[in-house]
Amino acid sequence: MKVVPMILNYKRAIQDILDHRFLSAVTIITIAISILIVSAFALFFVNANEIINSWKKGIKIIAYLKPDTPETKIPELKRKIQRMDGIRNARFISKNEAFQQLKKQMRRQSSLFENLKENPLPDAFEIRLKASFQNQEKVEMLATKLESFPQVDDVEYGQRWLGQFTNFFNLFRLTGYAMGGLFFMATLLIVANTIRLVLYSRQDEVEIMRLVGATDSFIKAPFYIEGLIQGAFGGIIGLAALFVSFLLISLSMERGISPGLFTIRFLSPGAFCGIILGSTFAGWIGCYLSLKQFLE
Amino acid sequence: MIDGQKKSSIIRMFHVHKNYGAKKALANITLDIPKNELLFISGPSGAGKTTLLKLLYLGEKVSEGQVLIEGINLSRISHKRIPLLRRKFGIIFQDYKLIATKTVFDNVAIVLEATGKKRRFIEKKVKSILRTVGMEESLHSFPPSLSGGEQQRIAVARAVVGDPKVILADEPTGNLDEVSADIILELLKRFHTRGATVIIATHDKELIRKTGGRVIHLNQGYMQKITNV
Repeated sequence: MKVVPMILNYKRAIQDILDHRFLSAVTIITIAISILIVSAFALFFVNANEIINSWKKGIKIIAYLKPDTPETKIPELKRKIQRMDGIRNARFISKNEAFQQLKKQMRRQSSLFENLKENPLPDAFEIRLKASFQNQEKVEMLATKLESFPQVDDVEYGQRWLGQFTNFFNLFRLTGYAMGGLFFMATLLIVANTIRLVLYSRQDEVEIMRLVGATDSFIKAPFYIEGLIQGAFGGIIGLAALFVSFLLISLSMERGISPGLFTIRFLSPGAFCGIILGSTFAGWIGCYLSLKQFLE
Repeated sequence: MIDGQKKSSIIRMFHVHKNYGAKKALANITLDIPKNELLFISGPSGAGKTTLLKLLYLGEKVSEGQVLIEGINLSRISHKRIPLLRRKFGIIFQDYKLIATKTVFDNVAIVLEATGKKRRFIEKKVKSILRTVGMEESLHSFPPSLSGGEQQRIAVARAVVGDPKVILADEPTGNLDEVSADIILELLKRFHTRGATVIIATHDKELIRKTGGRVIHLNQGYMQKITNV
């Protein structure tokens, strides 16, 4: 059986799109709207993730030292802490520095400090963690290790807050993936149904092709190419619409809704390409699902 | 039928039955059609003419019995080989079955495109066939802009462009005026003289009388008689 040249299939696909402009436009718009919804969610998720990550960077451990720790032992202790796995840096905060900081923070309540006979605060280390250690289990593990040092009196790392935050973050991430998956499934089904409607409207054409001896692959090839083209165009249009919406929203945020609170970012070039590839794939798989059922 | 005749048969049917649920569309049809015959299948509406044609190009499957096309048993043919079988046929329908969104050229060219022929060959062949059926001027027209007779000529061109061994015509003149019907009939006769086996399903006795040939008479799915006109 002779193989039909691929270039002919491309020509047929483009001709079919032009011959069925309205149906093609409906398919492209459907894909564009679906991609707009999915990518808007992705954009929200990426930005929310960014904000949460910036919060995570604030995770730190404070190791309070025993009052009788001699100053000479401090550099050695610092070295020991910094050598520990997962530590980005450890900064020594003397009790005097801590007292000055506290006074600055509580300027309005300065009378409280006037009656103090001595500085009640201990020396401490403020310890920042590497990104890979910014989760509850690892923070707890480091805190236990720090507590085992004889000079360390107590360790504080916002245990309750960190627990709640980690749970919230995990739930958010899980919800994000689930929603993303559901949106993608919905997109596939919408695209498949739209293409099925297109196929039904061209049922006679397909029947005629079969009667003149066209193979299934000859019939399917232009539909697949159309699916790919429509998917890609739908993706580009959907993302273009998202970009315009993004510009409008970020402009209005800059003008005053919440200036400086945080900046929202558009999708990365990688995500951008991924979504276009995804929509192209959705066009193809929509075609595959519809054709499979239709040609049976 | 003697052995020599059997060997030259292009189509053979053995005790063929076709049922649609409880309804019997064809019953116990046994038939030999030699190569290059011009054959009529006649009978009133619902006699089973269209069903018989459909069984030949596998538009429908037999319920019982066997159909052989050039020795190939259609009951045993794989799904992949059905397109190859259909390329042995050129099919003409009463309602033309042209693709409304494609030009006359594309409607005819699709047969050759489906078989992977080269573009230059397709252009030459399609133009030549359209010249034969007198439609070369309408190359770039769309079917809905043509008359019924013109559309049927395009359908004839599409049926013969792939040089099929058998032309199946299902009421080819059913929707046409007398002049257009005569043109279609002349075209079918011309392709018959060029070597094709032509099977025409019709209830039009005048058409049969004008043309002449073997006539299979069907009634309510049964083969009543075979005559020669």
